[in-house]
Amino acid sequence: MTLTVAVLIACALAFLTKIVGYVIPPRLVEGERTMRVSTLLPAALLTGLIITQTFADGQSLVIDARVGALVVAAILLWRGAGFITVVVAGALAAALLRLAGLG
Amino acid sequence: MSEGASTGELTHERRRAVLRQSWSVGIATGLYGVSFGALSVAAGLDIWQTQALSALMFTGGSQFAFVGIVGTGGLAAAPAAIATATMLSIRNGLYALSTRRFLAPEDGRFHPLRKAAAAQLTIDESSAVGLAQPEPPASRIGFWHTGIAVFLFWNLMTLVGALAGSVIGDPKTFGLDGAAVAAFLALVWSRLKSAEARLTALGAAVLALVTVPFVPAGVPVLVAALAAVFFGLRGATAGATAPPPDPAKDGDPVP
Repeated sequence: MTLTVAVLIACALAFLTKIVGYVIPPRLVEGERTMRVSTLLPAALLTGLIITQTFADGQSLVIDARVGALVVAAILLWRGAGFITVVVAGALAAALLRLAGLG
Repeated sequence: MSEGASTGELTHERRRAVLRQSWSVGIATGLYGVSFGALSVAAGLDIWQTQALSALMFTGGSQFAFVGIVGTGGLAAAPAAIATATMLSIRNGLYALSTRRFLAPEDGRFHPLRKAAAAQLTIDESSAVGLAQPEPPASRIGFWHTGIAVFLFWNLMTLVGALAGSVIGDPKTFGLDGAAVAAFLALVWSRLKSAEARLTALGAAVLALVTVPFVPAGVPVLVAALAAVFFGLRGATAGATAPPPDPAKDGDPVP
């Protein structure tokens, strides 16, 4: 599989998740179990992503400049900062820590 | 307004108010496309692949997840990237259960092309603006205009970010890997209001941490999803029904 094929498959599946909501009878998915799991799903997946993006280097766990980005982002979000501010500050934190020779 | 609602027409002022809301939401959230474009080329996708994600996938959380996983695990992690992006898009389908109530024409004939266009534009912002309007005609205008506005600006800014990112070169120099971490934290932050969501996130973090050394890159994220299954089923009562999620409350800060 080339990366372009992977991109196109992912795009097709995303469209499928959207169109399904317009064509199936709602009662099929409005069960409480389905709704509860799908409501919690983004929090679980995004947290999994945060962990791997911060601590994983291939299959090893490492502590480097990315942890600094995570901490700075957490402080800013706690203080109510907006998305772009948080993202730019995360980049700055990681870059400055590397410049200082840490991570 | 009551008169307007009964005839299916909106007053001029009301229509303008909905349009103003739709386009300001579209411009504001579309701007975040810069960060996606830059992170995507930093993760190793070319400009075409990056642009394809914004135009065809068109759901921000899934796009960030896809490039994040491919960025760390390369092509070998593509199946995990596809699975994660798809699972993150499920909520769009759940929004559709609500938006279809005002989008489907009253005569019941929802043209297939129109339905497909509506599906492609069904994201946090379009659903939130549409569902926030009290009258169906305003809901329709809000949904379509927000969806189109976000689509245009998100794609335009993705291109800007991808071009800028490809000039930068090695992503680590400018801390773009730190930007990705920060972006994911910003995405999950608003979803951690309930104790249950926080428990789920904690469980997901532990699952991802312990599995990283043993499975290929990308797979720990899929394992982390089991936390949602566990905590979701734990408190559920069998057979009960629940309403679809609310895009205004459960949405991401990006499209």
